[in-house]
Amino acid sequence: MNEQEFRQEVADWMATHLAGRFACLKHRGGPGDEEAFPALRKEWEQELAAGGWVGLGWPREHGGRDLPLALQLAFHEEYVRAGGPGRIGHIGETLMAPTLIALGTPEQQRRFLPGIREGREYWAQGYSEPGAGSDLAAITTRCWQDEDGRWRLQGQKVWTSLAHESEWIFVVARSTPGSVGREGLSFLLVPLDQPGIEIHPIRQMTGEAEFNSVFFDGAATEADCIVGKPGEGWKVAMALLGFERGVSTLGQQMHFIHELQLVIDVARANGAARDPAIRQRIADAWVGLQGLRYNGLRMLEEDTSSTKVRPEALIYKYAWSNWHRELGQLAMDVIGVAGDVRSDDDAVRRLQQVFFFSRADTIYAGTNEIQLNIIAERGLGMPRG
Amino acid sequence: MNLTLSDEQRALQETAADFLAAHTNARKEVDVDAELWSRIVELGWAAVQVPEELDGLGLGPVELVLLMEEMGRRLARTPFLANVVLAQTALLQAGSAEAQQGALAALAYGERTATLILGPGLDAAPASLTVKARRDGEGWVLAGEAAQVLDDGLLTHAYVAARIEEAPGVALFELAVDAAGLSRTPLEVWDLTRPQACWRFDEVRLTADARVDDPTRVLAGLARTRVLAALQVAAEQVGGAAQCLQLAVDYTKERVQFGKPVATFQAVKHRVAEMMVRMETARSTVRGVAARVAQGAQGNGLDDAALAAEVAAARVQATEAYRYCAQEAIQLHGGVGFTWEYDPQMHFKRAQWASQWCGATSGWREALAAHLLDAA
Ligand SMILES: Cc1cc2nc3c(=O)[nH]c(=O)nc-3n(C[C@H](O)[C@H](O)[C@H](O)COP(=O)(O)OP(=O)(O)OC[C@H]3O[C@@H](n4cnc5c(N)ncnc54)[C@H](O)[C@@H]3O)c2cc1C
Repeated sequence: MNEQEFRQEVADWMATHLAGRFACLKHRGGPGDEEAFPALRKEWEQELAAGGWVGLGWPREHGGRDLPLALQLAFHEEYVRAGGPGRIGHIGETLMAPTLIALGTPEQQRRFLPGIREGREYWAQGYSEPGAGSDLAAITTRCWQDEDGRWRLQGQKVWTSLAHESEWIFVVARSTPGSVGREGLSFLLVPLDQPGIEIHPIRQMTGEAEFNSVFFDGAATEADCIVGKPGEGWKVAMALLGFERGVSTLGQQMHFIHELQLVIDVARANGAARDPAIRQRIADAWVGLQGLRYNGLRMLEEDTSSTKVRPEALIYKYAWSNWHRELGQLAMDVIGVAGDVRSDDDAVRRLQQVFFFSRADTIYAGTNEIQLNIIAERGLGMPRG
Repeated sequence: MNLTLSDEQRALQETAADFLAAHTNARKEVDVDAELWSRIVELGWAAVQVPEELDGLGLGPVELVLLMEEMGRRLARTPFLANVVLAQTALLQAGSAEAQQGALAALAYGERTATLILGPGLDAAPASLTVKARRDGEGWVLAGEAAQVLDDGLLTHAYVAARIEEAPGVALFELAVDAAGLSRTPLEVWDLTRPQACWRFDEVRLTADARVDDPTRVLAGLARTRVLAALQVAAEQVGGAAQCLQLAVDYTKERVQFGKPVATFQAVKHRVAEMMVRMETARSTVRGVAARVAQGAQGNGLDDAALAAEVAAARVQATEAYRYCAQEAIQLHGGVGFTWEYDPQMHFKRAQWASQWCGATSGWREALAAHLLDAA
């Protein structure tokens, strides 16, 4: 398909559908703004699904459209350009689904993929624990199989984004008693709505509660709700993390462009655009954004030598999260003293959210320090300490 | 937009990397490098951006970027920047059809080696030009001084942008370096791999056909030359930054302190990782912008403002990445990093050179800010 025509098709669809009762969702939702209209955003997910815009890269036999990367990227760009809201379904669509397609059984694929694609079932990611953050292999949540073959869980997960909006959670838990580190872990798919599970919201520095503590007290799931073999959950967990930097993160930059434009609009309105130091920083923010964009495009290069570590992919998370954190600071410096007050101007309020929430960007999905370790060791072959 | 390199582009890059690794030594004497230059010409690299109809290879900015990255990595001491990136680009962007016809092939195949003279640091603004041209019957007389010209002694020609005295305007002249009235005094530069000279024009007389610009596009063409040159210098900066990173990684893996290689310390790992982040980001941007410019050349629209904005991104990132990586490479070498014998200092000097030529980053940022903030 011709990319230009495809883009036009997306833009037209968005213009007609992101309207009416959905109009209030424009540029809303996503990390830092998840409390915006969650119920309506789920209806929007179903609207998107009905339009055929979910699972664009999935193989056809799984209900996807098997589109090439360039078109997937084009979709994400047009989506954000049109103000498409942050996706509550992204953990399911971009993390769970590819993992199931790669490593799940045919039954698991049949059972879970349609719910993800149609926006009926939402997923949360149960990796982190109070004692297992950067050191994910320190997981202590236990799981075991009862006589009837069902899996049971005991323990606590933490920082679980959107658990309160989700039907399912994937959990990495220790299935071999006494095992340590990466050995003896299993990867389970667990329904959240059951007596053995309690979800407690955690209030963030932004004042909102997008993530939660999830307590498992004998919670259960079916025997076949395990991905991979018992004891081999680490492999599955890592494969999933690999999908965390898929194409969807590239669409994110379009959202960043929108945020930078908000900063520019505020600067022009309040006179900050005349401050030479602010001018230099705004220019620099744009320069940094181009860096992210071209680096993202380079990640999509066809891989002719797939064995080689892709430096552009390794540096990407660190680069975008730091850029975004700085944008947050720049936004507040542009807003000036008025930034102290929660604004009811939509644009300013959004920038205040960016400022505070972007403190988390350099923590989740691998902290800055862990990213630098990975870059040094995997990208530059520096020896482990 | 697709940034995947074609097989031919990959081959060019690999050849350049191998050849330059084997044949360059930034510490060599200048006269030895005449040989390096002639081999580079034989390899056809000086012909990459010359259109096929003018007997060149008809390739473009992406191929140049790949070559410049490798040259920057090795601090190759050749007139490539002056001859190809500056002189050829000026002719392509601002030259008359006739002038292009004669000169481009000569520049591409080593019959001629030229530099370009604009304002200090390759400033293309008319007010910055320090050479003046006066009509003299059918011909012209050039007078003035260009304080810092890229000149490594191998040049046969120069293209000089001069302000016309009588009718305000700018013209581009071609002259041979042995022209009467021209004197070239080598300067003591810090970056020994990038020689410069002071050129004095003491009533240099030229015939009418020495004027080679197309008057309808000379101003815009020279401005565009500077922007396109800035992109290529950015590529060279990326190559230099990549080499600084490599030097730091190699050295810290070997150097043992406290009973183990210093590369095992996290404080060291984080520093080289940060170098890699900045260098690779700059590399992505330089290659991306080059691909965008190449696409534009196929009639896929990039107006001057958009081009300048794109190049500003490459330029700012590459400048900062190179400065940062060169400084860190010195630091991570410890005491030896401060000595003449180790290479980081050479890159540090080149990084400083590059940060000032083609416009300092503050200027690129301000132009960009004006574009983003001041429009209508
Ligand atoms: C907004 C948000 C959403 C999240 N969503 C989810 C989710 O949905 N599901 C989920 O499972 N998790 C989620 N997380 C958790 C996130 O993945 C962890 O917070 C992260 O991995 C860091 O772990 P930690 O918080 O325990 O920090 P720690 O690991 O305790 O780190 C504390 C500090 O020590 C540094 N440090 C740790 N180890 C090293 C080392 N080896 N070398 C150098 N420095 C080191 C860290 O970089 C950090 O600065 C979320 C977090 C946030 C902030």
